Amino acid sequence: MTVPPSDSSLVADLRSALGDALVHTDRLELALYGRDASLIRGEVAAVCFPTDTAGVQACVRIARSHGRAFVPRGSGTGLAGGAVPQGRPVMIVTTRMDRLLEVDVEDRIAWVEPGIINLDLSRRLRPMGFHFAPDPSSQQSCSVGGNVANNSGGPHCLASGVTSAHVLALEVVLPSGEVTVLGGVDADPAGLDLRGIFVGSEGTLGIVTKAAVRITANPPDVRTLLADFVSPGDAAAAVSAIIAAGVVPAAIEMMDQRITQAVEEYVHAGYPTDAGAVLLVEVDGLPDGVAAQADVVSRVCLEHSARSVRVAADEVERLLLWKGRKTAFGAIARIKPNYYLHDTVVPRTRLLEVITKIYEIAERYDLIIMNVFHAGDGNLHPLIVFDAREPGVLERVHDAGGEIVRVSLAAGGVLSGEHGIGLEKRPYMRWQFTDADLDAQARVRDAFDPDGLSNPGKVLPEGSRCGDIAALSAHARDQLIGEGVWV
Amino acid sequence: MASALLRFADEVGATGPVAVEGGRTHWDVGGVPSRGTRLVKAPAGVLAVEPAEMTVRALAGTTVVDVRAALAEVGQEISLDVTEPGATLGGALALGWSSPRRLALGPVRDAVLQLRYVSADGVVITAGGPTVKNVAGFDLCRLLVGSLGTLGLFGEVILRTRPLPAASRWLSGEGDPFALRAALFTPSALLWDGQTTWCLLQGDPADVDAQSRVARTHGVDTEVAGPPPLPAHRLSRRASQLRDLDEPVGTFVAEVGVGTVHVAQAPPPVALDPVVADLHDALRTRLDPSGRLNPGRDPARR
Repeated sequence: MTVPPSDSSLVADLRSALGDALVHTDRLELALYGRDASLIRGEVAAVCFPTDTAGVQACVRIARSHGRAFVPRGSGTGLAGGAVPQGRPVMIVTTRMDRLLEVDVEDRIAWVEPGIINLDLSRRLRPMGFHFAPDPSSQQSCSVGGNVANNSGGPHCLASGVTSAHVLALEVVLPSGEVTVLGGVDADPAGLDLRGIFVGSEGTLGIVTKAAVRITANPPDVRTLLADFVSPGDAAAAVSAIIAAGVVPAAIEMMDQRITQAVEEYVHAGYPTDAGAVLLVEVDGLPDGVAAQADVVSRVCLEHSARSVRVAADEVERLLLWKGRKTAFGAIARIKPNYYLHDTVVPRTRLLEVITKIYEIAERYDLIIMNVFHAGDGNLHPLIVFDAREPGVLERVHDAGGEIVRVSLAAGGVLSGEHGIGLEKRPYMRWQFTDADLDAQARVRDAFDPDGLSNPGKVLPEGSRCGDIAALSAHARDQLIGEGVWV
Repeated sequence: MASALLRFADEVGATGPVAVEGGRTHWDVGGVPSRGTRLVKAPAGVLAVEPAEMTVRALAGTTVVDVRAALAEVGQEISLDVTEPGATLGGALALGWSSPRRLALGPVRDAVLQLRYVSADGVVITAGGPTVKNVAGFDLCRLLVGSLGTLGLFGEVILRTRPLPAASRWLSGEGDPFALRAALFTPSALLWDGQTTWCLLQGDPADVDAQSRVARTHGVDTEVAGPPPLPAHRLSRRASQLRDLDEPVGTFVAEVGVGTVHVAQAPPPVALDPVVADLHDALRTRLDPSGRLNPGRDPARR
């Protein structure tokens, strides 16, 4: 495949820095790396696979010298279009930087490269008695660098917090091309918490090349319960009642009837397919506390009309129940080929009200909406399933999604609990934040990336700042998809 | 938005050097405001205790003691253990000083869900969001906590709360705190002054009993009311560096497993990496171009 003339000197420079083998420009790969797990596509000039910090730095410097943007990319499992290229940038893929560099059991720190797969890290820590706490459903394929970029969550973030709580220090290549370390492995690194602002910045402040993550001791005891409810309302009320009873489980997941049926057909975990909703609750810690908490959870569920509460008898059963939850997204592919997912968070006490409204929205737009979500922290994942080939369906899906966001925000919620804003949720940012709020965020972005070269066009809506678009060539500007376009 | 917050923004205004006066319990940490800096007070009051959400919303001038008292009524607490009666929520967050129970609670910035602050332009800005989970936009809250009020003046905050532990026990003895750290699953605090170890165990009563037996086998065996008072300043070290603190720090109490060392003397300023120092300058230039917020204070000297 010939490189277009507008990209040829850029590609030549990248090749001379990294070697031909690590700079790909063939058509298939350019198309592949033009998208992530969202429905959006973009165009990329070259896909680079640096193997170390110096390689990443070279990519950034070369992109800069050509006035071209660059986009950091891990495994591409992001659901909001955060890694979808805008303005024909250089794609910097971290999958070949996947080493576990050092584990310090005494200080409970692991230094990793950004491309290491989340679940691989936990697997390798297991013999030492530790794990990496963030556990997104995509943990079999998502990278720790991607977790840092998105401040990723997962079912077990209810008790242990999202990624930011588990990242101590980051070696980064800044948009200027300089390399530095943000944060540190001491108790309270001096100065402003630059690590904290970098986590969750979705690749707009630079690229992580190494991360020091907190490793968490595996709990001595764990118990997983499956509660079966006739009504989703009772299940939602039970969630609030568990928390109000003073128990903070490691995880509380809720699945509605449609998703439970889909999952059961897919993994055969013994989920009750006639239940209106199920709660998957896990408690962990020291044995007496675990037993006491499991009793409270069980009692509260039964008081809220659960038909039954089943406790996983062994590790095999426990893992099977979790497999059901974590493969929910695979299971729905059997119903319709496409899905569109929102990620709003609402106060726990308003879960029932909001999910009721979401089902009403589904009915009004003649769409199938399923719910499988982190009920314990009010993080909804309403999943609109559809067939994109059906005429007019995309508009309905888009409008229904907008209404879901509106009802969530009206209930005192926020736009995203763990998937991030990316491209897809950007137009909604003005629904949550004032112009002054967005201006403050844009100034922070500017401080790190005054030229707007690092993953431009993400997170902040257009007009929050002026640098975003100015950095792109006129040609590139034409490639930018319009505000509100999400497919 | 609370009218108290808007009045606070008016008081801060948009011109002239200004700093917030809290309880003055840690006034000189990171430097004192330059001469001629106007002092204002943040509004006070607990606005909402939400036990089922496990959150509390309070104005930044509220004392930590008052917030803890309001939460105790519903059996909950926050991850701030400041005990000085006048210390305010806003002051504690501006310093970003985590509780000595950090092994169990995590650093204090992890508990901050939403911060409303007055910018250098005198405008109220909302950072973060009211829910227990939120990744919408940049995480300004974490940047602001520990900034000593140099990026914005805190007006109102929403914090994550947690249930008060069912049982709580301090043990003390001459045992090796590092061996004890490795032996216990989650002590809430593990303090050491070079000779004596203090260990706080919290949780289910039977678990606390079982963990106490482990502590006793490590020579930390006497039940005590609590640890000694902690010296006013802090050094930041890597946890394992506490084993051989070779620098002359004088009397100290160290947080084993964390790396914080409480000392009597203000530590010397830490030299930032030049690239990091440039980022500090770039942030201050953009968020407070005239340098009017807490002039004279430096987060690198916290």
